[in-house]
Amino acid sequence: MDNRSTLLSIDSLSVSFGGLKALANVSLDLHAGEVVGLIGPNGAGKTTFFNALSGLVSVASGSLRLYDQDQKWPQPHDLVDLGIARTLQGVGLFPDLTVLENVMLGATKFSEGGLIRAALGLEGRTERKLQTLAMNALERVYAAGIAHQRVDSLPYPVTKRVAIARALVSEPKILLLDEPAGGLGIQDIDWMNGLIRNLAQNCAILLVEHHMDVVMSVCHRLYVLNFGEVIASGDAKSVRENPDVVAAYLGTQAVH
Amino acid sequence: MSRIINTLLIGISGGSIYSLMSLALVLVWRSTRVVNFAQAGQAILSTYIGYVVVTHTDNYWLAFPVALLSGALIGALVDIFLIRILARRANSGPVAAIAPVIATLGLLGLIRAIVGMIWGGDLRRFKLPVTNHGFTFGHTTIPFAPINLLIVVTTVIVMLIFSVIFQRTNLGLALRASAFSPEIARLAGVRVDLTRTIGWAFAGAAGAIAGVLVTPTNYLSPNSLDLLLVSGFVAAVIGGLESLIGAALGGLVLGISLAFVLEYISSSLAFPVAFVVLMAVLLIKPAGLFGGKRVRSA
Repeated sequence: MDNRSTLLSIDSLSVSFGGLKALANVSLDLHAGEVVGLIGPNGAGKTTFFNALSGLVSVASGSLRLYDQDQKWPQPHDLVDLGIARTLQGVGLFPDLTVLENVMLGATKFSEGGLIRAALGLEGRTERKLQTLAMNALERVYAAGIAHQRVDSLPYPVTKRVAIARALVSEPKILLLDEPAGGLGIQDIDWMNGLIRNLAQNCAILLVEHHMDVVMSVCHRLYVLNFGEVIASGDAKSVRENPDVVAAYLGTQAVH
Repeated sequence: MSRIINTLLIGISGGSIYSLMSLALVLVWRSTRVVNFAQAGQAILSTYIGYVVVTHTDNYWLAFPVALLSGALIGALVDIFLIRILARRANSGPVAAIAPVIATLGLLGLIRAIVGMIWGGDLRRFKLPVTNHGFTFGHTTIPFAPINLLIVVTTVIVMLIFSVIFQRTNLGLALRASAFSPEIARLAGVRVDLTRTIGWAFAGAAGAIAGVLVTPTNYLSPNSLDLLLVSGFVAAVIGGLESLIGAALGGLVLGISLAFVLEYISSSLAFPVAFVVLMAVLLIKPAGLFGGKRVRSA
């Protein structure tokens, strides 16, 4: 695959909640090998954008192309089959399952026989295969050592890694990371930066993040949302110097 | 001494049936958060289907799997054509919680009426698979009979199968994840709708097994399993509603307590005692005797 091939292309996406326009004509491209940041003040529509792309909110208008083919907006359970995996703000793991079980859940698409066969107890081989895949994903986030611990026994920064492992286990081409550095201390943030760069060698990443250090350090390109619209896009330097962006973040007084 | 042991054995046999019904209710509660009053109706319909097989073939061992599969199918259909649609139509606020429960209550009445229209209301005999004459040791015959042994053994096997499915398989994982958070499970790629339907099918099968095991020791009529539904609820609440192990133990606690009350106090007290046990558990330990964090939600 050409390194610049477009994996994901969204054109004029709009989402409304009742009368409120949450997203208006948002267009965004993600190319192979890229880490693209989606930033903006609180309430700008970043998470809504992820939710629209993952089928959690319904799309009012806009088109989606995946891997150079037109694609209708997916349902949540379609995502992994389309090669997209997502992490959630606030982690979204199952607290009373083990780390390994949580990650195995993300690998359901590899269970050949499906649930009916599993119900009849015919899936021993698949079971072991899923475990292996889950262990590999945990190794990629350096968490294989805690595979058999229950999630509710882990410190918060570690659960963030488990959440990423669950996304990785489906072998996505596109990884959506929703605030991976949220709630982390400085050391853990450094560590997360390194991890994101590592992951980017195997898949393109679309990143929503509040920590500007993370965004500036790992992203090749940025899109800035404000009040549901893209107000700027481009590389980190040009975005940082864009007066609209400065105004959106700091208030208009800062510019004048 | 032997009286105590005999009472205990009878209690375990009766409790096994409660455990199965309790398991059916817990499976549905866990997979869709619905208190399923229709379970008694689903079980009675499956039992009547088994009854048709047994009267035509005179073979209980054919009726058993037919009833089991019918129960699973009926459970799946109830989910697909009633619960899933309700969940979509009434998906927020207090209506979302109460609508499916009332619907299952309505369905219970509907199924009972249909069963009554097809088979009439008269009491019927269901062929015993094995004798209900107690085991004999030397000159003593105890109340515990081969049919009781069959009930206990079948229940243990069913419980083991479900434990393995829930604890050791990816399907079990999907069932537990879908119950905990359908949205997150969906995003992780789990087919939540299918998973929930399988939960309902499992529950339907468990209820049908309870029906075809208990009915030969009793009579069959359109409402002959209604008391079992109540006992199943009591057992499920004792067990904390969430865990399969809790459901099994809750059934045993209830069965054994009732057996001792029947034997040592009065046979007319069984029904009130079930409710006294229920209220005592709710007052003292509302999460159930086996609820809370200590028992893994298996």
